[in-house]
Amino acid sequence: MSDHRAEHTDAWSEPTAGYATARPATEGDAAHETAAPPAVTPADAADAARLVAFGLQPKLMPARDAEYAELLRRYREETPFARLADAVATGLGLVVLEVSTRAGMAVTAGEDSVFAVRMGDYARRASSDSADRFLHGLAHLAVAAMAFPRPEDLADDAYIGRITVNGIDAFVRQACHRLEERAAEHGDNTDPATDAPGLEAAWRIYARRSATGATKDARRLAGSTTGIVGKAVAFLTDSGFLQRTGDDAGGAFRTTARYQLQVRDMAGTAAMAELLELGVVPVTDGTATLLPPPDGDDLELAADAGLPFHA
Amino acid sequence: MTSPAYTDNAAPQLSAGPRPAPGPAADEGLSRRLRALACTAPLHDLDVRKANLAGEYTVYAMAEVALAAIDQVTLHMDFDTGADHEQIVAKLLPRVAAQAPRRPAAEHERVARWVLENLINVGSVDRGFRAVYGTFGTDGVYVRRDYDFKLIEEVPGYGGSVYLRATDEAVNVLVGALDTDVTSAQIAAEVKLEVLISRGRLADAQLAAEQARYRTVQYAETLRKTLEATRRNVRAVDWLNAVPDMIAEALDHVADRYRHENAILTNIRKARDEAEGPEHKRRAAELVDIVKDCIRRHTQLQSRLLEAGPLFRAEQDRQAFATPTARTGLDLYGQLVAPLLPLPVEQAIRVTDAFFAHGTGLRTPTSVRVGDLVDMLLTPPLEREHLGAEMPEPDLIATPDDSRFSEEQLASAMNLLDLEHDAPRRLSGLLAEARRSDPDLPYLVALLAVHAASPPVGTAYRQGERRLLFAVDDGTRLDDPEFGGADLIVGMALLDAAGMAADRSEAS
Repeated sequence: MSDHRAEHTDAWSEPTAGYATARPATEGDAAHETAAPPAVTPADAADAARLVAFGLQPKLMPARDAEYAELLRRYREETPFARLADAVATGLGLVVLEVSTRAGMAVTAGEDSVFAVRMGDYARRASSDSADRFLHGLAHLAVAAMAFPRPEDLADDAYIGRITVNGIDAFVRQACHRLEERAAEHGDNTDPATDAPGLEAAWRIYARRSATGATKDARRLAGSTTGIVGKAVAFLTDSGFLQRTGDDAGGAFRTTARYQLQVRDMAGTAAMAELLELGVVPVTDGTATLLPPPDGDDLELAADAGLPFHA
Repeated sequence: MTSPAYTDNAAPQLSAGPRPAPGPAADEGLSRRLRALACTAPLHDLDVRKANLAGEYTVYAMAEVALAAIDQVTLHMDFDTGADHEQIVAKLLPRVAAQAPRRPAAEHERVARWVLENLINVGSVDRGFRAVYGTFGTDGVYVRRDYDFKLIEEVPGYGGSVYLRATDEAVNVLVGALDTDVTSAQIAAEVKLEVLISRGRLADAQLAAEQARYRTVQYAETLRKTLEATRRNVRAVDWLNAVPDMIAEALDHVADRYRHENAILTNIRKARDEAEGPEHKRRAAELVDIVKDCIRRHTQLQSRLLEAGPLFRAEQDRQAFATPTARTGLDLYGQLVAPLLPLPVEQAIRVTDAFFAHGTGLRTPTSVRVGDLVDMLLTPPLEREHLGAEMPEPDLIATPDDSRFSEEQLASAMNLLDLEHDAPRRLSGLLAEARRSDPDLPYLVALLAVHAASPPVGTAYRQGERRLLFAVDDGTRLDDPEFGGADLIVGMALLDAAGMAADRSEAS
């Protein structure tokens, strides 16, 4: 699956592409004649493992490292080597997302792999407090939603998303506010029953947590929503998914190719599957869901109803 | 007598027994009032809990200070920011000090901080309050529910700073019923204001002006959020009709309010200057400040509105004119976030957990060697630098001194003009005296005298000056070889510094 993706990238010039398609064919012929797989030397295995090791350093850019770039070229040009590298990755419990010059050897942790990130390690409070656990997960989802606001953005390989911590917080907060208003219009009482906190609507958990807070040492309050979003973006930056571009609005970031792959191929589908299992089937035809209101009902300037959401 | 078999077929309203509770409709009004009541609880609570503070704090009316704090925060809520923590404490101090004038200032500050921190509820993780109340559901079952609310919330500002904002609950319950139509309420308040001013009832006028400002703040806040939405996704808003209409409407509104408030300003200024009695004068002066503030907010609003058009075009270029991709992606907001938020949290958490597990990438596990571990454990902890990195010495280049007059000349000119308050002098005499010491000095003296013809009274008032140089033209011609014009009478006026200081502290 990985080399199929890699063929989309146009970084490799025409002659090598021709060479790459010619080479396996001859090898295939040879294989037919001798009826034996091409020999793999221990040196090849070492190189394949080395390539995977490069992939485990997500902040490393292939353009900055000649050896990395050379191994990527081998992966691209020699099918047996590519299979070998894939096998090494799979054996380690990794999933290969893409191998290309822009993303490098983009690998991610498979489920139950030693490389997987666990919520309990990520945030200590999250393992004991389900509200915190939810907020940390939602923060990651919201970062992705803001980084790729339209379906086209997620599909377009050349798209680079730009986000800020405060922007993400404001976005989710307003989405929650819309739901609160809608509930009020329906006359629903959304206050949860005291003895069943698990039935509280998800948006209320976010809305009720304060956005920020003053601390003694002028750091971000860890339990506030900007603190939680800030933790998420800092973590994603360490994963090589985001790059910091500035300090305004709580910290500004832009996305990397790896993040797009991760969200598109792994996280998005996994979350969707879970949602479908819950019996929630969001039907769309691929067009944007942030659409104008049907009859301009929402442009009425009622207090605090700034964002015309239509989901 | 009805047999048991009948009850099954009987119409529900005929079934025996009294209804367990009034219907949910009747209950809804009650729960609304219960929630409104709950919003006031933290304020009463302050007065109850002040007894537990270490020290004798019963003289302070905590609820009063708290209401004043909420008022101040609401007034300082700006377009981009909210109120500053320290600023609010400073504004509360005069009131706290007035409640117990003999107590030390440090205690006053402690009280102000305590009240503010309790309004934010710093101790809780949500930084909010929770009240429990009960309702009858549609099925007649009594349910206890949690009502969560905040009074003052902390919001992020520029450069990581934290600002305070009064929440809707606080504004609605504690500042006044504001959930009316913004535009009409504003017009009503301003019409009222004009009438009040024309009748000279300034005390009421001030109240009305302050209410108008609350509404202005609210209006600006709403528009800010609408513009932010526009920034996010071009297709989120109708740029063909609705938004241009809205912007035009808002611009009209700004122009209208601007004209309106300038008219009011002229009126109050007149009222201020013609008013008799210091109390009236002071109130009118405060009104001028409030209306000026309103005008400032409108100007701010207008500049935001003008930014909207270019922003739309830039975003349109980026979003709409790009070549469409063959693949269709997942709509993260529409297909994941939006359907997720209304779910109960115990279901939603499964989706966010799945996203987290697959969306965070990988971490290479660290393996520790025993040798390294021993080293690490034996290394003393690094002292945390609380002063931060050392600042590099700035490279300063002296700018050439191109002033017309030297410091000594200014000093001698000021010395010359430092007149006794009961002995004003003619400019001609001063010029002649200046010329005797330095041929350049008369120019400086003449300049200072001309400036004194329009003395900076406002600045002197604000800075609490004791003396002020002034110059008056009585029609006499200046007879001088170098200068022409009026032979000004230059004198020194004494100002009532103590009185002014008292006025200032009252006004603020």
